[in-house]
Amino acid sequence: MCASKNSRTLKVDYMARVEGEGALLIKIKNGAVKEVKLNIFEPPRFFEAFLRGRKWTEAPDITARICGICPVAYQSSSISAMESIAGIRIDGPLRELRRLIYCGEWIESHVLHLAMLHAPDFLGYQDAIAMAKDYPAVVQDALRLKKLGNDIMKVLGGREIHPISMRVGGFYKVPEPSALQQLVPELEWGLEAAEGLARLVATFDFPEFTRDYTYVCMRHPGEYPLCEGRLVSNRGMDIALDAFYEHIEEEHMEHSTSLHSVIKGEGDYHVGPLARFNLNFDRLTPRCQALAEELGAAPPCNNPFKSIIVRAIETLWACEEALRLIQGYVMPDAPSLPAEPRAGRGHGCSEAPRGICYHTYVIDEEGIIQEARIAPPTAQNQRTMERDLRELVPGLLGLSNEELTWKCEQAVRNYDPCISCSCHFLRLEIDRDA
Amino acid sequence: MKSGHKPKLAVWKFASCDGCQLSLLDCEEELLAVAGHIELAYFPEATRAEIRGPYDISLVEGSITTPHDQHRIQKIRRQSRLLIAIGACATSGGIQALRSFARVEDYVRVVYAHPEYISTLERSTAIAKHVQVDFELRGCPIDKYQLLEVLNAYLNGRKPNIPTYCVCVECKRRGTPCVMVSRGEACLGPVTQAGCGALCPAYARGCFGCFGPMENPHTEALSERLKALGVSEGDMIRLFRSFNAGAEAFRKESKAHVRIEK
Repeated sequence: MCASKNSRTLKVDYMARVEGEGALLIKIKNGAVKEVKLNIFEPPRFFEAFLRGRKWTEAPDITARICGICPVAYQSSSISAMESIAGIRIDGPLRELRRLIYCGEWIESHVLHLAMLHAPDFLGYQDAIAMAKDYPAVVQDALRLKKLGNDIMKVLGGREIHPISMRVGGFYKVPEPSALQQLVPELEWGLEAAEGLARLVATFDFPEFTRDYTYVCMRHPGEYPLCEGRLVSNRGMDIALDAFYEHIEEEHMEHSTSLHSVIKGEGDYHVGPLARFNLNFDRLTPRCQALAEELGAAPPCNNPFKSIIVRAIETLWACEEALRLIQGYVMPDAPSLPAEPRAGRGHGCSEAPRGICYHTYVIDEEGIIQEARIAPPTAQNQRTMERDLRELVPGLLGLSNEELTWKCEQAVRNYDPCISCSCHFLRLEIDRDA
Repeated sequence: MKSGHKPKLAVWKFASCDGCQLSLLDCEEELLAVAGHIELAYFPEATRAEIRGPYDISLVEGSITTPHDQHRIQKIRRQSRLLIAIGACATSGGIQALRSFARVEDYVRVVYAHPEYISTLERSTAIAKHVQVDFELRGCPIDKYQLLEVLNAYLNGRKPNIPTYCVCVECKRRGTPCVMVSRGEACLGPVTQAGCGALCPAYARGCFGCFGPMENPHTEALSERLKALGVSEGDMIRLFRSFNAGAEAFRKESKAHVRIEK
């Protein structure tokens, strides 16, 4: 690395506290950022290729393996797509159980990221274990909250990672109401714990940094977005799922095994908690809205570093929603609806903790998959992350290489990138000229 | 391990979904205790801090699919006293080993607009195909309590107590009625290694082989039974070719059905 602050190369060869493999390269010459590359070298695994020839009912279990952190997102999106082909409409308790297991994934994933992976950046620790020495109660509460999310997934899905109960048409087996009732006391504790985490992270120092993002997320007539709805943006986009590729295109860049998504004619866009929160604030519970107002984080919230507050508020939302679903649960007559394949194309989308996870499939009359296309959230955020860095770095040139590198990593972690899923992603290199 | 010395643990990732190493972070009640006895010397998913090798124990997740990773695993082996492969990707090549039954160039073209940017091997292979592995912990994903058992065993200088019998034993122990007998469901349980606690049958579905083949599996006998249940050759191929498609016993059995189908 060059000693000059105005011209330097910063490199992070292997980004830490993200899921998957990626690196970052930033080249600075005479105080101007010349190049920002989020280098994704996660080896490609070719899901869209080997899904061809598989049965339509296998897609949920296979695509879950794209990501160990958000398997329910992949299961939900693939199931919705297949059900749209077969003309199945899930309602009542089966729909509520799907939402419930998804709430479990949001709690688990959000708390893992905000407390264990992102908070150490704000507090100056290498990791949550070092943080635990000075903030034992915070880390212990976070671990307990994370476990609560996992327990919801376990009760409904058998295990936390790659749960096994969801299927096209519903579930293989549904829980007794008493099994869900056992989660209630911990969820009631979870409401307070999530609110406590939100209050804590709101006291962090946030860099003065905002951008006029194009947000894209789902929107449902009555609910905060989770597994159903249209796709909307803050620039007037409001489309049905089947119009996804009419508006979004994917570009294959040499420095990434993960395709970059852009909105045709508009460019990069932002998916995830900030998008959902800014575009669906009216769909949050009164308690979440009041907390956001009190913490000074109500929309418009365009500082990506504040996504950590939004994740905590969404964790509170997920606990409230889980409680509501459990209190209203009546065991369905059958664990699933009959599902017969027919030839056609279907589209499915859901809000993974880190943003929309879109799937489309073509199957034949036997239910054999002919074509599969998946747009994971982190792939959609790649261009936005690179642009954030391009605009963030010029204001931080007074920092040492080490401080600047850490701040850039933190800026990438704002997106809770899941590189394993995007690649179907991350090394940091900062180059301050030669 | 030497007394008074906190063993150094490294966690490495190759082609995978991250789920198996996440199992370590999912040990919510045990994580801080584990960190009290083991130095997390290299674990990029959890920490920026990096302590140089050599390491006492390396946990390796993922399969080898690129020329770069072929070299990386050799370097990791040289730095590791004990190397433990964790999960179906690391022990059999994972779901991405399905490329072995196709042409990888075709796969690249399906997914990427510029195949020339992609560097990948024709096969996705287990860690043991490249370096000597001290223990293979199965599962897609691994079971976190089995992981704690393996770490505990090596820290105390004993052999890990990980059963190699089949899922059927776990069903019997759990009192789950056989899904093949009672519901006529196709199930890989009779040839699949235990470890999940026989989850799928307990959820009224057949096992799909997350933990790979058991010791000496009678795959042919199972195929006969599946055939009698009316499972098509195509479905049998798909059943043996999933998360452990690259495991020898499953690979071989799937090929037998390809011959029949033709």
